[in-house]
This record gives sequence, C-alpha cells and structure tokens, in this order.
Amino acid sequence: MAEVTIPIGPIHPALKEPERFMITIEGETVVAADVRIGHIHRGIEKLAESKTYIQNLYLTERICGICSFTHTTNFSQATEEILGIEVPKRGVYLRTIVNELERIHSHLLWIGVAGHEMGFDTLFMYSWDDREIVQDLLEIMTGNRVNYAYNTIGGVRRDMSPEIAQKALKAMDKLEVAMQKYIDIGLNEDTILKRTQGVGVLSPADARRLTAVGPRLRASGIKYDVRKADPHAAYDEVPFEVITSDTHDVHGQYVVRALETLESIKMVRWMVTNLPDGDYRVKTPRKVPEGESFSRTEAPRGEDIHWLVANGTDKPERLKIRAPTYANIANVAFNLKGAHIADVPMIVAGIDPCMGCMDRVIIIDADKKTQTVTDEAGLWKFANDWYANGGKK
Amino acid sequence: MARAGYMIPMLLGKLTKKPVTVMYPYEKLEPFKDIRAKIKFDTNLCIGCGICARDCPSGACYMVDIPNPVDKKKKTPHFDLDMCTFCGQCDESCPKDAIKLTDEYELAHFKRGELIVK
Ligand code: SF4
Ligand code: SF4
Repeated sequence: MAEVTIPIGPIHPALKEPERFMITIEGETVVAADVRIGHIHRGIEKLAESKTYIQNLYLTERICGICSFTHTTNFSQATEEILGIEVPKRGVYLRTIVNELERIHSHLLWIGVAGHEMGFDTLFMYSWDDREIVQDLLEIMTGNRVNYAYNTIGGVRRDMSPEIAQKALKAMDKLEVAMQKYIDIGLNEDTILKRTQGVGVLSPADARRLTAVGPRLRASGIKYDVRKADPHAAYDEVPFEVITSDTHDVHGQYVVRALETLESIKMVRWMVTNLPDGDYRVKTPRKVPEGESFSRTEAPRGEDIHWLVANGTDKPERLKIRAPTYANIANVAFNLKGAHIADVPMIVAGIDPCMGCMDRVIIIDADKKTQTVTDEAGLWKFANDWYANGGKK
Repeated sequence: MARAGYMIPMLLGKLTKKPVTVMYPYEKLEPFKDIRAKIKFDTNLCIGCGICARDCPSGACYMVDIPNPVDKKKKTPHFDLDMCTFCGQCDESCPKDAIKLTDEYELAHFKRGELIVK
C-alpha cells in the first residue's frame, strides 16, 4: 500500500495550539511521525533578562496559563536561594496549597480534554463543571481564576483567613465526592476503556530512555515524583502517596491523574488544618547578588525546571526554563509510530501537552528552509559566530 | 462485558443541579471579595515617587509630565487599563496607599484610551 504523508498543523482545527505534526500513514497505520516544535516561541527567556525580578514574577506566570503557579514557585525559589532568604513556614504552606489546587484543576481539565478527544463530550462538560469548584476557591484565595499573582519573592502575597480555610475544606469535601465518580467512570466506562486501553503504550525502559516526566512517566510504572525525590516547599512534611500504573497506556495516565487528584485533595485538607501561624512573607531586597541557582517543581504535567543566573543588579543575567511538555514530546513522537490513525489525538492529548510552555530554542532558517534544534555547544557557537560577524550569519 | 449505563448516576445527579453558567449580561454573578479589577487612584495621596511605574510588569502604569498635586516637582502616574494585567503589584508597591484595586470588573469600552485612570 502506498504511504501518504499528512501534515497536521501548525494551524489546524484539531489543535488548540500551533505545532506541526507530520504523519506518514500506510492504510490506517502511522508508519512515521515527525513533531516540529517552535511555532509559538515567544522569547520569554530573553525578555526575562530585560525585566526586574518583580516584573519577572508576572512574566514567568504567563509561560503557561494552566500551570502558571508552578513557574512562579520555581522562579521565586530560585531567587530566594540566591538571596539566601528563608520563607516563613506559613508562606511555604500557602504556596504548597495553591500548587496542589492547581494540580487538581489541571487534572480535572485534562480529564475533560481527554473526554473530548475520545468523543465523549459529556465527560468533558461534567469534569469542567466540577472544576469550577476549585477555580472559585482559587479566585477567593488569590484574587484571580488564572494567573493568580499569588507568589512573590519571599513568600505569598495574601494570607488565608479562617473563613477562606473553612471554604477550602468544604470545597475539598465536594471535590472528593466528585473525584470518586470520575475514578469509577474511568475504571468502568466502556467508551473510556475502548479508546484508551492499549493505546500509546510506553514501556518503563522507553519512558526512561525518552525522558518522560510527570503522569506519563508514572503511568509507565516508574515511581518518580519531584515532590518526593527532591522535596521543595512543604512537600517534605505533607503526607502523600506517589501514584503509578502498570498498564503503561493512556488509560494508565487517566488512572494516575484521577488518583493523584484525590491525593492532592487530601494534601490540601491536611495543609489547611495544619497551617502554621506567623508571617506569610518576608521583605526582600530588589537587587539580587551574583549567583546561580536551580529549582525544580512537580508541575501538573511533570518536572518543571528553572535555572537562574543573577549578576548583582535587579534584573537576571539569564533564566533558563525547561517545561514538562518539552521532556514529553519525544515519547509522543515515539508512541505515534505504529499507532492507529484514530488514536493519534489520544496519544498527543495523553501527555497533556502545553505547547506554549515548551517552545524554547529552535533555529529556523527561512532562506535555506531548514529547522534545527540545537544543543548548548551548537548554540554557543552560533551566538559567538553571530556576534563575531556583527549580527550577520 | 456490557458496561453501558455507567454514567447514569452521574447524569441523574447533574439533572437536578443548576447550570454553572449564567445569562450574562442579563444575569450577573456576584464578584468574590478582594478580586482585582478596575484601579482606583487617589492623586491627593500620591507623592510621585514612581515606584508603581517601575514595578508594573506590563507598562500599564507610567509617569506623565503633569505636576504632582502634592509635590509640584514630581510627575503623576497614569494607569492604562488596556494594558493592565490586574496583578495589583502597583497597589502593593505604593508607599502611600494611593492605589486600590476595586471589584468593578465590567470594563468593556469602544475606544482606546477611554480607560486611562488618572
Ligand atoms: S495592576 Fe499590575 S499591570 Fe495593572 S497597573 Fe498595576 S502593576 Fe501594572
Ligand atoms: S507608588 Fe504611589 S506614591 Fe509613588 S508614584 Fe505611584 S501612586 Fe504615587
């Protein structure tokens, strides 16, 4: 049978974000898949160098609309480390609470998106309906539904009053009941089972080799979570389980996310009840002394890394961000090979991709019509040559 | 294995629930306490220090050459809500409490520049 190559994207009705997938099919089977990234590169890392640390809080928040808080947590943690500042316990707990609320809302969102991709829009509507519970709570706590502007260097910007704590506990009870239903449906509903079981199977060895992160990695049976492996914020004190699945497929990812949400609900409840007293933030200087730091957090989608270099001024020298989707895109390309064409959306949606977060470094040469993703050495050479030639190639 | 009908308890549960969405603008949701929306600025408190403009992440707050009512040698800040991200950093940074974020969230307008808070 003849092979046909279908370009999907960068602009395509099925994609919410512009990214290009070249899919070669033979009959109904995908024989080759090529993922080209970089279509929504926004130059955030460069922009960060021209903004002050305070302004960068709001810039890093906008790397991703869904897991915005994890990026500001990372940026604040990295800055605090260079400054040598210890955030008060209450601030750390509040930060962790919002991090977990974000995970709950992001996982509920994924359940909806997965439902939508498998043609099960009822699930999509219902899970987004229940997601409003946590969205409202986030708005009450932080002042906004998305991009909460809650983190700051040295703590968080608002305290949690006893009334809000009560509301949070009530919301967690409601969510727990709802989540239980999503778990039941996920384990038993035919539509979900038929569309996800055996789809996008990634063996533990492949998951390691292709640097999978987050729920994708845990669905491949590898018990790795930054919250346990390298505890930041209050994660060394909060009790929780790392959920894994041994099915290695998209269904495993559903189960991991659903059970993880239940864990997060329990964690939020524990933290709200055991919230330490005292200050929730400390004053920090505007100028950050020379230094370098590295911070990582477990975002809803996986490990998120920020690397910050400070040069003694009020603006960073360099900020490098590695968002989770970037680590996961390699296993998507791998999983697409050999898949049934109808399963392509499920495999792509499986990692909960966030293209806007991912697009960092890509060199596109429009004249020669080439695209290369470079490594560090290549980039150094490129930059040095570029400057040596007075800004010309 | 016939597993059809697993959604039925959930469907029935949702039947009796009110919709989450409302018929805006005929019906409005009460904004939560302490949300961040339209900026209120009190010129009589402002000393023209310019900290708000320096900390604003989006360039919505800038100093203009209008003599400050308190200190004639200093400038006055303006807040262009077209660019504002409603982060509230200016409110937090202002040493004189001249800026407040209210809960007035209906800011649709026809022309650019109509929403400059002075
Ligand atoms: S609320 Fe934020 S974006 Fe708006 S003017 Fe103030 S600092 Fe600038
Ligand atoms: S920070 Fe406050 S006092 Fe200073 S210029 Fe802005 S509004 Fe005026």
